[in-house]
Amino acid sequence: MSHVETTDATQAILAEVNPAVKPRPVLVENNRSHAWITERVCGIIEGKTPLWWWVCFAVACGVTSCSVIGFGYLVAAGVGVWGHASPVNWAWDIINFVFWVGIAHAGTLISAILCLTRQNWRTSINRTAEAMTIFSVACAGLFPALHVGRVWLAVLPGYLFPAPNANGIWPNFRSALEWDVFAVSTYGSVSVLFWYVGLIPDLGTLRDRFFKKGDKIRSAIYGFFALGWRGSARHWVNHEMAYLLLAGIGTLMVVSVCSIVSFDFATSLIPGWHTTIFPPYFVCGAIFSGFATVMTLLLPMRSILKFEDFITPYHIDCLCKITLVMGTLVGYAYLMEFVIAWYGANPNEGFTFVNRTFGLYNWAYWIMFSCNVITPQFFWFKKVRSNFALIFILTIFINIGMWFERFVIIVTSLARDFLPSSWGYYSPSIVEILTFFGTFGVFAVLFLLFIRFLPVIPMAEVKTVTPEADVHGTQHS
Amino acid sequence: MDAQPYGLIATFDTAAGVYHAAKNVRDAGYKHWDCITPFPVHGLDCAMGVKRSLVPAFALAGGVGGFVAAMGLAFFTGAIDYKLIVGGKPFFSPIPVLPVAVELGILCASVGAVVGMCVLCGFPKLYHPVLKSDRIVSALDDKFLIVIEARDPKFNLANTRALLEKIGGLDVKELEA
Repeated sequence: MSHVETTDATQAILAEVNPAVKPRPVLVENNRSHAWITERVCGIIEGKTPLWWWVCFAVACGVTSCSVIGFGYLVAAGVGVWGHASPVNWAWDIINFVFWVGIAHAGTLISAILCLTRQNWRTSINRTAEAMTIFSVACAGLFPALHVGRVWLAVLPGYLFPAPNANGIWPNFRSALEWDVFAVSTYGSVSVLFWYVGLIPDLGTLRDRFFKKGDKIRSAIYGFFALGWRGSARHWVNHEMAYLLLAGIGTLMVVSVCSIVSFDFATSLIPGWHTTIFPPYFVCGAIFSGFATVMTLLLPMRSILKFEDFITPYHIDCLCKITLVMGTLVGYAYLMEFVIAWYGANPNEGFTFVNRTFGLYNWAYWIMFSCNVITPQFFWFKKVRSNFALIFILTIFINIGMWFERFVIIVTSLARDFLPSSWGYYSPSIVEILTFFGTFGVFAVLFLLFIRFLPVIPMAEVKTVTPEADVHGTQHS
Repeated sequence: MDAQPYGLIATFDTAAGVYHAAKNVRDAGYKHWDCITPFPVHGLDCAMGVKRSLVPAFALAGGVGGFVAAMGLAFFTGAIDYKLIVGGKPFFSPIPVLPVAVELGILCASVGAVVGMCVLCGFPKLYHPVLKSDRIVSALDDKFLIVIEARDPKFNLANTRALLEKIGGLDVKELEA
């Protein structure tokens, strides 16, 4: 809000300087009314389930079955069915875990950091991004829970979560893996809370619309979760404050969780892992892959659900720019790792990086490097940022690259550690490949259910950024 | 409607309309009244004279509680309940517990914020006279309501109705309790 006093002096200065007037970008195109916004968003939930949804849902369930079979076989037979063998005892399980956790981070960044920095363009995409976060964390959580082999131990009290148990022992709080337990479970829980708090007003809208249509059952279900929301201004004050606080807490969380995930590696002594650059490097990588995934999801959703007025070219442009910044930071981290390895003068560290680039796994390194460092550079060009088909393809490349980043970090360091006599070469088994492939199905199933049953666009928030909502007559001039 | 009504309800078509009307209702000295809006109208809380939310106190209590609980847990388990020497290090040191304590603090602060919001709003409250009104559908869509409750000391059916009509309220009606 600008409450600058316009004295004669300021007027004179302004007349002389003649500053450029840059109009604020329109966030909801075609000057849509509030009623139109409600109708457009609720219409998807209230209408008949379209055929494409059933087709996608069936395919997603089919893909999910790969994970179910893979995990079922793992639990029945033990971790020997995966390709792990000494010295590479961590591979796709942890790669996939870090990959999915990374994707999750964009959702929190959009809802938390962009909320604190008052980036109003976040309003129409934050619900989708937060949903993506929750579903990605769900996919991520599967891997560490299942890679322990005897899965039932992971859920028993006293093993992962500290609780009194028959053995009388407690988890080791010095272990980075125990930090992970707290980080990931906090991340999942807070993301759900954030998402839910934002949903409450929209659930209230749906409750009343279904009631008016005579659909008492659906009205009761939405009404139960709406907690009795009635749009009271006295409630909005508390709601907005809670949302703002969650944004602040979420900002702390988004940087701390990926840092803690990176501690799994950074606190060990393995060359290539034992570096202080890991926490910021992981956070940038996570946000980079997450923004790519947000665009991978938003671009098809925008045209299928006809959301062109909500998700405008300006939104996509902003997303591309953040992806460019994060991708460039990731590229900087790749180069800086080499500088530190050289400057640190540790022969093991130096060997690891030369080995990554030119060793047996060099194909993985160059896939990573080209996808993550070169791909985002296309986003410098306005023409690329407005070509949605091209953006979609580029984001897929970024995600492939980010998966390979984790592969390079984890596998190359383990396969060539200190003792040449224990060196090895890791290849995944078909069980690992199918299990990972299946998690895309898990994600898709959850996401499809989300776009069918919940308001994909936060209606109340989008209404606040329309010119109609401006009661002071200053914001949209 | 023989029983005492819950209050009077008036509709406004625009956010600016309800914003200026709210100032008038506040200045008329009413205490038990409310605006019903489909989205948070910027500055409406000030126009109504609503005080700053107390949700941060809940979040702070949760955050500090979570942080202290995690430190306490690590201290109890490591230094009291089952003393175990790990790498020749002290039984308890706050530094390695920091990630766990920060994360638990974050979790409890978030839960505190949400619980605080629910407590201060009185949620869950699935019944309310306003929710029974047929205007709530449009009030959570694109219309704005002002409700002045009958329990307000200044409430007077005729005078309050006149005030609501004067400040631009449309379709002023009694709201069933």
